[in-house]
Amino acid sequence: MKSGHKPKLAVWKFASCDGCQLSLLDCEEELLAVAGHIELAYFPEATRAEIRGPYDISLVEGSITTPHDQHRIQKIRRQSRLLIAIGACATSGGIQALRSFARVEDYVRVVYAHPEYISTLERSTAIAKHVQVDFELRGCPIDKYQLLEVLNAYLNGRKPNIPTYCVCVECKRRGTPCVMVSRGEACLGPVTQAGCGALCPAYARGCFGCFGPMENPHTEALSERLKALGVSEGDMIRLFRSFNAGAEAFRKESKAHVRIEK
Amino acid sequence: MYILEREYLAALATLLLGRGYELIGPKLAGGVITYAPLAGIEEMARKIRDAQGPGHYRSSPGEEDVWFSYVPGAASLKPWFNPPKCLVCRMRGSADEFLNETPPVTAPKRAFIGVRACEVAALRMQDKIFLEGPYADPEYRARREGALILAVNCSHPAETCFCASMQTGPKATTGFDLALTEISAKGKPAFLIEKGSDAGGELLGELPVRMATAKDKEAAILVSERAAQQITREINPERAARGLAAGLEHPHWATLESRCMNCANCTLVCPTCFCSTMEDSTSLSGDTAERWRLWDSCFVSEFTYIHGGSIRKSGASRYRQWLGHKFSHWHKQFGASGCVGCGRCIAWCPAGIDITRELAVFEASAPATARETVR
Ligand code: SF4
Ligand code: SF4
Ligand code: SF4
Repeated sequence: MKSGHKPKLAVWKFASCDGCQLSLLDCEEELLAVAGHIELAYFPEATRAEIRGPYDISLVEGSITTPHDQHRIQKIRRQSRLLIAIGACATSGGIQALRSFARVEDYVRVVYAHPEYISTLERSTAIAKHVQVDFELRGCPIDKYQLLEVLNAYLNGRKPNIPTYCVCVECKRRGTPCVMVSRGEACLGPVTQAGCGALCPAYARGCFGCFGPMENPHTEALSERLKALGVSEGDMIRLFRSFNAGAEAFRKESKAHVRIEK
Repeated sequence: MYILEREYLAALATLLLGRGYELIGPKLAGGVITYAPLAGIEEMARKIRDAQGPGHYRSSPGEEDVWFSYVPGAASLKPWFNPPKCLVCRMRGSADEFLNETPPVTAPKRAFIGVRACEVAALRMQDKIFLEGPYADPEYRARREGALILAVNCSHPAETCFCASMQTGPKATTGFDLALTEISAKGKPAFLIEKGSDAGGELLGELPVRMATAKDKEAAILVSERAAQQITREINPERAARGLAAGLEHPHWATLESRCMNCANCTLVCPTCFCSTMEDSTSLSGDTAERWRLWDSCFVSEFTYIHGGSIRKSGASRYRQWLGHKFSHWHKQFGASGCVGCGRCIAWCPAGIDITRELAVFEASAPATARETVR
């Protein structure tokens, strides 16, 4: 995009650990280059300067967990031309979506001395459950190169190269022998979206599913295989219930094992 | 044919390294044998046994005094000739100029040792695809030209191998510079060496070899015969092709859909699968644009994405593409089966799908040929 106007970028936070926003700061040198092309209009983690909206791009981290969040995300949407949800919390509800499998009042009573002050929702949900999201960047946390790629693509008016196939493709491209086949390790790679560069298998660990379900996740087939490798139903529930427990494909698969376990 | 005592294989490695070749051969890393750069013969996998099955691979120290008591493991030679990611072009532009800054394609001289018959056959298939069509691929050509292929005839096929029924092994008959068979000659471990090219012959001239005796030759024939007898998996390529062509709506595709994870491992480990995608990227300022080629797979949705969506929406249709192309319409396209029987897609399918068993279903339902009907 070659106009005089520098697009204004805002970074927003909901229920999350800040890890994804930090990925942007972690870009260091690249961030300086980005700053040459984009105006950081609202990014409390990086600068106290604040420029009023509307914004060309809003990066939204975190999930919606309170009535206040519900209200705030609508306001952000109205102020943003392009809204990009970043990270597992914003795209599937995050680890805090585990609350969906229990009664939230039970937690509140156990954790807080004055439960009456707590105003929270039954579920922790993805941004797309509340407003129109233009693009989702997966990961717990997101991959900084994917973030740069999305911003770069936006600046140059092209399609971002963000694949939706599974981790196995990255695993094979980097020449990592499969850990399920060669070690009998449980790996979520076949059902998890690529993006991390198949980091865990490269260190002889199974994939934890940080990037959530891939385009055609066949979780039942994977579970069949995990069962054959000796993974218990309980462990299978835990495998599918982590950072992306709220993602539909993982949620459904974890529930199937709850039924079997009972 | 010549005899080289086994201990002098190191001399061949030293000779090649001294001539500036990068030596690539089977190496054990993390319990898996795969092709990797070798600093010398001592780094090569030796006396290792591999246990392979559907979705299963393990290695262990071998008990016999045989160096090549395994077949190559995880990756094929494919990444060395058709790399997973390569730059196709780089352009730089400004208001008044447009420059092609694509670096020339170059590749180091490489010698591949321990290459098996199925692998040689796969390489010949890749030659057909990348060199012998109307357009030669510069990346492949740069890597292929001047590459030395030092084959080893298999003596210990894996449980997943079925080269015999694909007529690609276990003995390499063509497409190598030298081919070695591990035997015992005059009571000593040795290699019977066949010369496949002038380059191979020239190397032999530099090595302490002697002429093979009739007994040595017999010993080598026996090694290959025994290997062939140990191969348990098989398919009937002709029947499979016929059964697949007639079985586009076969109910078995649904069964396969229920087991396949769409993970693409089978196609990525296959030494003949060659599909790729292009990715265009830009510098942040937009002055420079690059086009990269990356391995892709028919199991990936975007691979068939056109206006309106992906063409192959179901797992069944994706599986049908993989099996149908490789074992049926590949014959029309390239004049042979697309499979060399290496068994990688069986061992490295994390779901443990065994194509030889799946193909048997289509072989069984193949319509009879005219000749069969007459009988
Ligand atoms: S290690 Fe995991 S991600 Fe890699 S190929 Fe195997 S199943 Fe797929
Ligand atoms: S289809 Fe399977 S057995 Fe045949 S060449 Fe490819 S990976 Fe090897
Ligand atoms: S056949 Fe196996 S390796 Fe191939 S896509 Fe299906 S599950 Fe993956």
